[in-house]
Amino acid sequence: MREPNIYGSDTLEQEGTPEFAPAAADLPPWGKTTVVGAPVPRIDGHDRVGGTAVYTRDIALPGMLHAAIVHCPHAHAMVKRIDVTAAKAMPGVRAIITCDSPEAKIPWILTGQGAFSQLLDPHCRYEGEEVAAVAAETPLQAADAARAIVVEYEVLPMVVDYEAATKPDAPKLHPMGNQPSPTRTSQRGDVQAAFAKADAVVERTFRTPCEPHVPLEVHGSVAQWDSGKLEVWDSTQGVYAVRDSLAIAFKLPLSSVRVVSHYMGGGFGGKLELGKYTVIAAVLARHTGRAVKCATTREDTMRSLGNRPANTITVKAAARKDGSLVALDASLLGASGAYPTGATSGYLFLDLYTCANVRVVETSVLINAGQARAFRAPGYPQAAWALEQVIDELAAKLGMDPIELRLKNIPTVSQLRSGQPYTSTGLSACLKEGAEKFGWDSSRKRPAGKSHLKRGIGVAAGMWGSPGGPNATVILKLYADGSVNVNSGAADIGTGTKTIFAQVAAEELGVPVERVRIEYADTASTQYAPSSGGSQTILVNMPALRTAAAAVKAELLALAAEELKQDISKLSVRDGNIEIAGDTKKVPFSALRSLGQRQQLVGVGRRAPHPAGRVALPFAAHFAEVEVNTRTGAVRVVRYVAAQDSGRVMNALTFENQVLGGVTMGIGFGLTEQRVLDRQTGKLASGSWHDYKIPTAMDFPVDFQCLPIDPQDTECNSTGAKGLGEPATIPAAAAIANAVCHAIGARVYDAPITPASIVNALASKGRK
Amino acid sequence: MSDRGKQGPCGPQGVSRRGFLTTVSSSAAAAAVVGAVAPTVAEAAPRDASEPTPIVLHVNGRKYRLAVEPRETLISVLRERLGLTGSKPGCERGECGACTVLLDGSTRYSCMTLAVEAQGHIITTIEGLADGEELSELQKAFIHEDAYQCGFCTPGQVMAAEGLLRKNPAPTMDDVRLGMSGNLCRCGAYGHIFKAVQKAASTRRAGGAK
Repeated sequence: MREPNIYGSDTLEQEGTPEFAPAAADLPPWGKTTVVGAPVPRIDGHDRVGGTAVYTRDIALPGMLHAAIVHCPHAHAMVKRIDVTAAKAMPGVRAIITCDSPEAKIPWILTGQGAFSQLLDPHCRYEGEEVAAVAAETPLQAADAARAIVVEYEVLPMVVDYEAATKPDAPKLHPMGNQPSPTRTSQRGDVQAAFAKADAVVERTFRTPCEPHVPLEVHGSVAQWDSGKLEVWDSTQGVYAVRDSLAIAFKLPLSSVRVVSHYMGGGFGGKLELGKYTVIAAVLARHTGRAVKCATTREDTMRSLGNRPANTITVKAAARKDGSLVALDASLLGASGAYPTGATSGYLFLDLYTCANVRVVETSVLINAGQARAFRAPGYPQAAWALEQVIDELAAKLGMDPIELRLKNIPTVSQLRSGQPYTSTGLSACLKEGAEKFGWDSSRKRPAGKSHLKRGIGVAAGMWGSPGGPNATVILKLYADGSVNVNSGAADIGTGTKTIFAQVAAEELGVPVERVRIEYADTASTQYAPSSGGSQTILVNMPALRTAAAAVKAELLALAAEELKQDISKLSVRDGNIEIAGDTKKVPFSALRSLGQRQQLVGVGRRAPHPAGRVALPFAAHFAEVEVNTRTGAVRVVRYVAAQDSGRVMNALTFENQVLGGVTMGIGFGLTEQRVLDRQTGKLASGSWHDYKIPTAMDFPVDFQCLPIDPQDTECNSTGAKGLGEPATIPAAAAIANAVCHAIGARVYDAPITPASIVNALASKGRK
Repeated sequence: MSDRGKQGPCGPQGVSRRGFLTTVSSSAAAAAVVGAVAPTVAEAAPRDASEPTPIVLHVNGRKYRLAVEPRETLISVLRERLGLTGSKPGCERGECGACTVLLDGSTRYSCMTLAVEAQGHIITTIEGLADGEELSELQKAFIHEDAYQCGFCTPGQVMAAEGLLRKNPAPTMDDVRLGMSGNLCRCGAYGHIFKAVQKAASTRRAGGAK
């Protein structure tokens, strides 16, 4: 319920690492690895392809009821009266709650300024806001009863255009107006003076669309009570975050709330927080004494359950003749939705390139629409869309190659973090090696062609600015037969976390991957881990696992040395055996009597703090070739190279897969996805996948290459990995936009680049 | 719809369910009369959509006798009544393909198919591809190529690929893309899905394996 401001570039570091006793210390970095980095197929693949993986949506508890939610059909309205008489008498109905029920007052959207709403709020500030809910024996009975609830509304004036919402006469969503947080300015140097002395200046305004996450599994929960304790299965990226918010909502001790999320069907940032559906399920479960499942609908995911906020970004950039950037002045306006949350990120302007004079002005405004949430690199793809196109325009103005201009301005220190050096900066390598793999120079010179099908290529760079919260605990158990259990609260949201846990355990302990079992994402039985978001899951949890494994290995070797009467320095582990230097004899772990007597060895690992005085962040450069049909305006991405400096590749298969996914998402952002709200009514006009178009198999370029750039970072953490999910999507849409401009000689400033916008750009080019 | 409501027997509210059914059955009767054969058309009382109707479904080689509401979709019956939760509800309105099953060997969105319509057809779900715990070559290819991320769309992707390969054992890359284009993957694993389908196709051709 409490909204972290994940967009803020003012709060760079997450909460500090607490001091544990004994102090957590990371192991020395790996040299060459054998299991880590290999293309190990997922250890849970059988369940995923067999249909036996149980997702929250699939859970069926004995006696479980099904919930359905009543949504406000207006963009802005006040509930006047709710009549549940007819619904109550319908078959199968077991409980109904409305905004008149006592639980409706559970506070929602808690901020420093207080609660902005409540669980079932009679003041509905967007189409789809929850006003009542039903629990019934079957999903159809629940839906029937929800439809039979009569709600009378007083419709209020509304605003869904975020640029209009900033005007003084715009309808107000909250008493304090539509801008609950003041405009924030970050600056260094003197941009005005720098513009006056520059050789080339470009100023442009860009717009990016609102993009809901639409994970394949809709948000949903199953809740039940057991002697005053709450048990919840939730499709979430962070069981601990959900537990904490549930404890606040129901005034329970943390130990009385269990949250489980095993298989979960996609999140992308939209499932980092407690949802109303979860609390509704828990309230209805308490009323009925039964388990209750509350699944949302596809339309809900498009309207209410989070989005990448629309941005309007004006950038003025200046450079000297030699290509060095001298000033960047950006103003960003983002649409938070109906409740406050940061809706912009100025990070890339402030830190992607070396530039002495930067000013970033950020404003987030409220509109009558579902609230924005973190979405895969919150704010960054929007900023990259603007910055990376302006960089290309500067290059054109200076007659420079776009890659050459970028290479001229590569930072080795973080200017935002008072000039601290990066542990590694693979940005130049991404640009240079990516360009080589792509065949940049020859492709760039190739003419666009005389036919109506024009080819063009483009590049864009990016970085991700969050090093992740370092606090995590992992427990590893080595059993008497040499098999291993790893225990961590981290969610595997589809990135392959479980498999990488198994690889790291196998690497450290010399056991086969198949003999490692992962126990995960259950607050009652697994250890604290931060939510799986922010590209931090690997780099936070794996160093903790290494430490746990090292403790077990040390104990195992000590036992073996005593039992085998060998010097411990001569012993090592491999393939489930103790090996003795200078001796061909191998002793299986299971043959150690001392291990059998103990039944298990247990190691507890914690993550050490980030390296002092150093900044560890991932970088990327993407290269796209597009084909533009100048008759229809259709754009096809035909070739792609994604160069990623995310440090060490932990698993070659899942690494490439993350990059494929990030680029696919970028193709949607750049070319097809756009939430449309009707300006007359404020209602969603893109409430289906026929109207809200995410990329399909037809949109993905078959000619795709992922190029990992590993700078062999020995400082970032003990794995050398720097995070991948987010940086894989940041530059994608901007690279496509630059390629489109190269193909047709005209630039489209607003995303997505639709056929209509191509035709308009060509028409206005013709007029010039 | 509203124009027809104004002109028809249903008043300004539009076509009521009963009115619509009456219209449909009388035009069917008219067509039948024109077609020389003139059977007696009984004025069937419209059935309540929630009234249980006995049906028999053939799923993964087994016969199930059930009483379902006529409005219940095949995916709902597979999941809620037969416990076959491998087929996933991604949208429940024919947009994403996560619920794809085979009906007589052809791919079908089970959310757009009423359970009553599925009678008399051979239904294969993701649970019907493996032989006990032994996965099919196609399923193994999905694992080998890492052709998924979160896995929620995966059963539908596998069934779409199965339907494609039964119709076209040697698909080109364009055939694969088109064949898989009715199945959305928000994680964006399409590139690996293409590889898995092609790998399975060549394994099947080489070994005649299932």
